Amino acid sequence: MLNKNIYLILIISLVFAISFWIGFNVNLLPIEASINAPIYDELFKILFIIGLIIFIGMTIAVIYSLFKFRKRNDQIGDGIALEGNLSLEILWTIIPSIIVLLIGLYSYNIYDRMGGMKELNHNHEMMRSNPEKIWAGISQTSDNEISNNNLSIEVSAMQFAFLFNYPKGNFISGELHVPVDQKVSMKMESKDVIHAFWVPEFRIKQDIIPGQPTILNFTPTKVGKYPIICAELCGPYHGGMRASIIVEEESDYNDWFNKNKKTEVNL
Amino acid sequence: MTISIDPQKTNNESLQPKGWLRYFSFSLDHKVIGIQYLVCGFLFYLIGGTLASAIRIELASPMSDFMPRDVYNQVLTLHGTIMIFLWIVPVVNGAFGNYLIPFYVGARDMAFPRLNAVAFWLIPPSGLMLVASYFVEGAAQAGWTAYPPLSITTPQSGQIIWIMSVLLLGGSSIFGGINFIATIIKLRRPGLKLMQLPMYCWAMLGTSILVVLSTPVLAGTLILLSFDIIANTGFFNPVLGGNVVVYQHLFWFYSHPAVYIMVLPAFGLVSEILPVHARKPLFGYTTMVFSIMGIVVLGLVVWAHHMFTSGTPPWMRLFFTIATAFIAVPTGIKFFNWVATLWGGKISINSAMLFSCGFIINFVFGGITGVALAQVPFDIHVHDTYFVVAHFHYIVYGGTVFIIFSSIYHWFPKVTGKMLNEKLGILHFIITFIGFNLCFAPQHWLGLNGMPRRVAEYDPQFQFVNQISSLGALLMAISTIPFLINIFLSMRNGQVSGDNPWKALTPEWLTSSPPPVENWEGEAPLVEEPYGYGKQFSEQK
Repeated sequence: MLNKNIYLILIISLVFAISFWIGFNVNLLPIEASINAPIYDELFKILFIIGLIIFIGMTIAVIYSLFKFRKRNDQIGDGIALEGNLSLEILWTIIPSIIVLLIGLYSYNIYDRMGGMKELNHNHEMMRSNPEKIWAGISQTSDNEISNNNLSIEVSAMQFAFLFNYPKGNFISGELHVPVDQKVSMKMESKDVIHAFWVPEFRIKQDIIPGQPTILNFTPTKVGKYPIICAELCGPYHGGMRASIIVEEESDYNDWFNKNKKTEVNL
Repeated sequence: MTISIDPQKTNNESLQPKGWLRYFSFSLDHKVIGIQYLVCGFLFYLIGGTLASAIRIELASPMSDFMPRDVYNQVLTLHGTIMIFLWIVPVVNGAFGNYLIPFYVGARDMAFPRLNAVAFWLIPPSGLMLVASYFVEGAAQAGWTAYPPLSITTPQSGQIIWIMSVLLLGGSSIFGGINFIATIIKLRRPGLKLMQLPMYCWAMLGTSILVVLSTPVLAGTLILLSFDIIANTGFFNPVLGGNVVVYQHLFWFYSHPAVYIMVLPAFGLVSEILPVHARKPLFGYTTMVFSIMGIVVLGLVVWAHHMFTSGTPPWMRLFFTIATAFIAVPTGIKFFNWVATLWGGKISINSAMLFSCGFIINFVFGGITGVALAQVPFDIHVHDTYFVVAHFHYIVYGGTVFIIFSSIYHWFPKVTGKMLNEKLGILHFIITFIGFNLCFAPQHWLGLNGMPRRVAEYDPQFQFVNQISSLGALLMAISTIPFLINIFLSMRNGQVSGDNPWKALTPEWLTSSPPPVENWEGEAPLVEEPYGYGKQFSEQK
C-alpha cells in the first residue's frame, strides 16, 4: 500500500514537473509587441500548464488502464462490481469547480489589466450628444479620451482592404504607422460586411461591424513591421485582406507623418 | 395522456420489403429508420470528407492555386453544413437514437412512428438540395454560420437554397426530438424507473430538450435572413437599419447548444460501450445523469462567448466566460467516471474500446482548449483563427466521430448478426488516430501565430505546418478504406455473432441478432441493472 502511494506521488510529481517545464520553456506564441501581449501571455502560460497537467494525467490514466487491466486469455470473469464512490465523486466535482473558478477570476483580472472592464461612454453628457452607438473593444475608452490623450486614427475596412485615416494630418494611408510606446486609439467602421482587425503580435482583435463603429486601443512596445489580418470571413479575397502596421521611433513616425500630412485624398 | 401504438398498423411484417430492400422503403420500424439514418449520414460524410480533402489540398500551398477563391468559400460552407447537419446530428441522434431507444425503454417502436419516418425522409431531399445548391449560379459562400451582411450581399440563389435546406433539416431534428422525449417519458415498460434507464436514454433526453428549445430559434433566424435576402427587409441588413450582431446572438443561441446536441449522444454511447468491454458497471450513474442535465442547462446560457470580439459589453463577457468555463465541471465528472469505469476492469482491447479510449483522449484535449477559449482575453487573440478550427474538430471529430465508429464496431453484430473483422478495425483506428492528431494538433499553433480560418491563401511561413496538417487529412481519408472493406466483407462473409457476442446486459442484446420486427418475440424484458457487470457473469466462471 505504501509502495503504491509512493508511486502515485512520484507519477503526479512527474506530471506536474513535465507540465511546468513545458509551460515555461516552450513558447508557442509570436513575439510580444504591445503592452497587452505580456499580460495575455501570463494567462496563456497558466492555462497551458493546467491544461498539460490534466491532459497528461488523463492520458496516462487511460493508457495505464488499458495495459494494466486488459483481459488476459485465461480470464473469463468480470471486473469488480464497483458502481460508485460518493466521496471520490464529490472530490472530483469540487476540485475542477475550484480550478475553473480560479481560472475565471484570474482571467477577469487579466482582462481588467488589459483595459477590457472600463465602462464605455461613461460620460453621460457625451452619450446624449453622440447618438451613434459605438461598440466596445478591448481597452476601450470614450471619444473624449481618444481625442485628448492618444494618437487617434480612423480605420475603414472594406472588401478587401484597410484604410487608415489620420484626422490631424488630413490624409489616408494604406499602411498603419504608429510611434512606439504611445497609446493609439482607433475608431473602426466597415463599409460593407463584417471584418476584423487582428495583430497577432499585439494579442488584440476586434470585429469591425457595419452600422456599429467599434473602438480599439493599444500601445505598441517594439519597433517593427507586423501584419494586420482580417479574421472574419468577408468574401472571396478574405485571405488576401492584410495590411501592415509599422511601429517606429517617434522621430521616424514624425518624419513619415509630416511627409504625408499635406496630401489631399478624395474618396 | 396515454400514447399507444398499434403494432399491426405500424409494423405489419407482411407488408414490409424483405432483406436490404427494406432499407429503401418507407418503413415505420425504428430499427430500419435508424439504419437509414446511419447509411444516409455516412454517404454525406463521404461527400463532406471529399470537400475537406479539397480544402486541405488547397492549403498545402500558401497561394490560392487549386481552386478559385470563391469556390473555396463555397466548398468550406458546404463542408461545414454537411458535416454538422447531415452527418453528425442525424447519426448520433437519429441513427443510434432510433435503433436503441425503443429497446432501452422496452417499447416495440418509437412513440410516433410515422413522424419518425417523416423526420428521416426529410433528410435525403434536403441533403440533395444542399449539394445541388453548389451547382446553381452563386452557391452559398458565407460559411456555415451565414453571417449577414455577407450572406445577404453574396450571390443569392445558392444562399436561399442553403437556408431552405437547413430549415428542413432543423424541422427533421425537431420532429426527432419530440419523438425521443415522448418515447422515453411515455413508452417505458411498466416497472422500469427513470433511474434504471441506460445512460444513452438520459443523453438523448437531454439532447432532445436542447433540440426542442434551441432549433426553432435557428429556424426563425434563418426565416428572417431569407426575408432580408428575398424581400429586402432589414432585420439584419445594416443598410436598412438592421443589426448584424442580433443575428449572431440568435444564431449562436442554437449553434452553441448544437455542439452539445452532437456530443451529449456521444457521451451516452460511450457510457454504453465502456462498461461492456471493461466488464465493469458504469461508475457513478447518478452523477452522470446530473452532469448531463447540468450540461443541458449551462449549454443554453453560453452562446455569447462566440461574440467576444463582436463588441459585447464587459458584463456580458464576464458572465459568459464563467458560464462557459463551468461546463467543464459536469463534462469533467463524466470523464473521471469513464476512467473509473475502466479502472479495475477486465478490458477487452478491441476496435470499439480503442475508438472509445481515443475519444476520451481527444475530447479531453478539446475540452481543455475549450476552457481556454472561454476566457475573454485568450479568446480575443485566437477567435476566428485555426486554433478554433483545431479545437472544434477535436470536439466534433475527435469526440463524436470517434464514438460513431466505436458504436458501429459495438452494435454491428446486433444489426447484422455478423462480427466485424478486428484486425481491420484496429488498423482503421490506428490510421484514424494518427491522421486525426497529425491533421488538427498543429492547427493550434497556426491559430496562435497568425493564421485566420476560412482563408484560401496564407502567409508562406505557415506552409510547412499546413503540409503536415494536409498529410494528416490524407491519412484520415485513407483510414476510410479499411473501414469500408471491413463493412462489406463482414456483411457477406463475417463470422456469425450470435445474439449477444459481448455478453452485454442492456436490453437490445437480450433479443435475437438481427432483432425481429417488433423487437421481442414475447414481452420486453425488464432490465433493472443494465450495468450489473461483476455480478451475473462473474458467477458463471
